[in-house]
Amino acid sequence: MSRGKFASTTILYTIAAVVSLAGLLDALYLTIEHLQGRSVRCTVTSGCSEVLGSSYAVLGGVPLAAVGAIAYFLVFSLATLIAFGRTRLKNFLAVIVALMCATSLWLLYVQAFVLKAFCQYCLLSAVLSLTLGVIVVVNRIMNKGV
Amino acid sequence: MKRYLPFIIIAAVLAAVALIVLLAGGSSTPTSNTNQNLLNIPYRTPTGAEPPHAHGSPNAPIILEEFGDFQCPPCRLLHPVLKQIEADYDGRVRVIFRQFPLSDMHANALQAARAAEAAAMQDRFWEMHNQLYEKQDEWKAAPNARAMFIDYARSLGMDRDKFTRDMDGEAVYNRIIADGQRAHALGVNGTPTVFLNNRELQYDDIRVSSRLRSVIDAALRQKGL
Repeated sequence: MSRGKFASTTILYTIAAVVSLAGLLDALYLTIEHLQGRSVRCTVTSGCSEVLGSSYAVLGGVPLAAVGAIAYFLVFSLATLIAFGRTRLKNFLAVIVALMCATSLWLLYVQAFVLKAFCQYCLLSAVLSLTLGVIVVVNRIMNKGV
Repeated sequence: MKRYLPFIIIAAVLAAVALIVLLAGGSSTPTSNTNQNLLNIPYRTPTGAEPPHAHGSPNAPIILEEFGDFQCPPCRLLHPVLKQIEADYDGRVRVIFRQFPLSDMHANALQAARAAEAAAMQDRFWEMHNQLYEKQDEWKAAPNARAMFIDYARSLGMDRDKFTRDMDGEAVYNRIIADGQRAHALGVNGTPTVFLNNRELQYDDIRVSSRLRSVIDAALRQKGL
């Protein structure tokens, strides 16, 4: 890998690590609120209770937010390692980010058309996941020299 | 050193996450709460609507003050737990209900709070309170919740016209606002929030009857009862 490509990879994956850290905090907050059983108050949108209290917020008895927190932590770890030169992990990270983007799109669909309510914390998570997706794609394009 | 730096960063984040989870979870154990001295609410804290809606002896050594929202599902789950506690600790526990409708996320919550307060004006607060929780699924998403509340009032033997007038009246609204002011002063930001002798209990301590019982028992023991 050329020096320029290496530098761009370092910058992009450092950004990815920061983005995933924000996602981790968001998911962690929702996990804790879910486990404590409180109704989360929305300050921007108005559907937190409907979305987070729905059956879509739980996956096999586990809060979906907890699964999200694990995914974000995994992405944070991989992005950090890649930023420090372990570029062989890129494909693994790309698979996880692709799964997260797909899940986020599905949950956006559920909020818009099934529950007809939006939870701001879930929207933030979707934005962060899709941002990670864009970072991975941009890095791939740059490394191919397109 | 640089070789290990990413692992150090990852471990630091993992440790921070563990600390956050530990602090959030650790603060909710009943024993840690019951061993603390009972805190007094600061002198200037608003009293809330007077007189409050209360069950049980005014001289009871334990006062459970609930801030609830009739449309909140966890509040509905707490309802039978508190009813059982009232029955089992007769004379020793007084239960106060305060309005904290989260109307920005529950479309019918404020109207339900108004209905309960209007019922109180005909001495049927607790009957309406029970009805609202027990029939929450029926009205929570109903576009005509107000009409349903009027039906409930009629089925509870209330004067329909007075109920409808009171529901829209200023007296009812002022009571809800007064409870809300107390809630904000106490830092309540979600429902249900329950205070035991002015000390906020964690949700883990109230959602299961046995947990709440052990908190109450410990508080009674602390008072030598």
